[in-house]
Amino acid sequence: MRQARRGHREGHPLSAIVEFESVGLRYGAGSEVLRDLDFRLGKGGFYFLTGPSGAGKTSLLRLLYLTQRPTRGRIRLFGEELSDAPREKLPHFRRRIGVVFQDFRLIRHLSAFDNVALPLRISGRSDAEVDGPVREMLAWVGLADRASARPATLSGGEQQRVAIARAVISQPELLVADEPTGNVDAEMAQRLLHLFAALNRLGTTILVATHDLSLIAATPGAQMIRLENGGLVDPTGSLRHPPLPAGGEERT
Amino acid sequence: MMLGWLFPRQSQRRLLPGGRMRGPTAYVIAIMTFAMIVMTAAGLALANAASMVSAGIAHRYTVQLPGGGSDPAQALDMLRRTPAISNVELVPEQEMRRTLERWLGPAGAGADLPVPTLIHLDLAEGADADVVASAVERRIAGARFIAHSDNLRPLLRAMTALQWIALALVALMAAATAATVVLAARGALDTHRSTIEIMHGIGATDLQVTHLFQRKIALDAIIGAGVGTAVAGLVLLLLGGGAAVAGELAGRAPLGPRDAVILALLPVVIAVLATWVARVAVLAALRRSL
Repeated sequence: MRQARRGHREGHPLSAIVEFESVGLRYGAGSEVLRDLDFRLGKGGFYFLTGPSGAGKTSLLRLLYLTQRPTRGRIRLFGEELSDAPREKLPHFRRRIGVVFQDFRLIRHLSAFDNVALPLRISGRSDAEVDGPVREMLAWVGLADRASARPATLSGGEQQRVAIARAVISQPELLVADEPTGNVDAEMAQRLLHLFAALNRLGTTILVATHDLSLIAATPGAQMIRLENGGLVDPTGSLRHPPLPAGGEERT
Repeated sequence: MMLGWLFPRQSQRRLLPGGRMRGPTAYVIAIMTFAMIVMTAAGLALANAASMVSAGIAHRYTVQLPGGGSDPAQALDMLRRTPAISNVELVPEQEMRRTLERWLGPAGAGADLPVPTLIHLDLAEGADADVVASAVERRIAGARFIAHSDNLRPLLRAMTALQWIALALVALMAAATAATVVLAARGALDTHRSTIEIMHGIGATDLQVTHLFQRKIALDAIIGAGVGTAVAGLVLLLLGGGAAVAGELAGRAPLGPRDAVILALLPVVIAVLATWVARVAVLAALRRSL
């Protein structure tokens, strides 16, 4: 991981953690909401996904965190072809992906502590192994004193921080965040961005879907994917570091 | 551990809220268990009774001599000398007339009504009834050799039919219990759909999710089956009466030790069936999602 990140900074090509090849997606008999997506995300990279509402960002993220299969095309994650992989294989890959949902998706009847601990428990860690990291993570997102609070008693911003803590607690190889700063103040947004940057330095590939261009401006070296009407648009002008098409080499 | 899912850590138990006996599942299983045990007990008692009746008349026959025909004394003598016959007993004419009187009124007891002579006999162990019958009918003019089992065959047939009906009802109740469990499992899946989606998204396997629901329904089934068994046991004791249970277990009791074992195993089978059905239903539902 560290090797991959150093390679990126030093201008060497990064191996791909995500590869989309002619990917299309339609729901039912409707028209395609995503079409002809060809791109790759380098291991250890930091990416922003932008685009107007309805452009297909959430659909693209769903493909990435494996709750949706493409209608056509190929998706490779972690070097494995997963477009039509048997569903029994998917949990193993999902554990390598951290997801921050736009609507948080916290389990209502569990405390903040139990929500954050969930990925560790699902991966088989004992309660003793879970306690320290979860308390540390809650402290980091400023919720140490709210560990036993249920989501319903937390503010929107606090719930978002719990959701972020849950997404990063197991140090995933790929972190996918859908508008992660949408419900927090500017200071917390900066802290969260620093957390993502810190994870990124440890080798986690980050993909953040956002409308907030100031986040992009505050993240040196990040690259941007822009979606419009279900397709990638020509990055001319708006992208400082456009991702390469599938099969291409990373540009520095 | 094979039953590890039944005893998870406290943190895992918290994943599905709601205590036991919250929904109708445990109550339905209790009622079904009660009905199945009572029905099974009735079927077993019927089978035992049929078997006792059948054994009692298996070697019992009657020789009927036409009225005013053969000499009963000669016939009795011949029958007693036959080695294949172990016991011979003449039915007194007064007894037959008393029986007829019950059916026909005073006219039945009149001497002008001819009655046949009946001789009850038991065949010796291993004797061939057909051989004895043809010998008797050949040597006693006009005699008819009648097996008691022929007379009781309709009753035995009815008892056998009732046993099959009892078995079919138990099977239907088991199917209804399974259907209830399927509905309960689907209801629980709907109620906790968001939790399941979150767990799946984080990397939980189908089996990890299934174990949560399987445990919940297994506990309801164990409690329901236990309560149903206790009530059914009480009812059977009251119905059977103390004497029947305590005194007749040795041989003539409607329910013997083998039957008691079958009845005791029934709630275990119901609990296992409910748990297995819940597991299959939940796994099947989860497979429909990605």
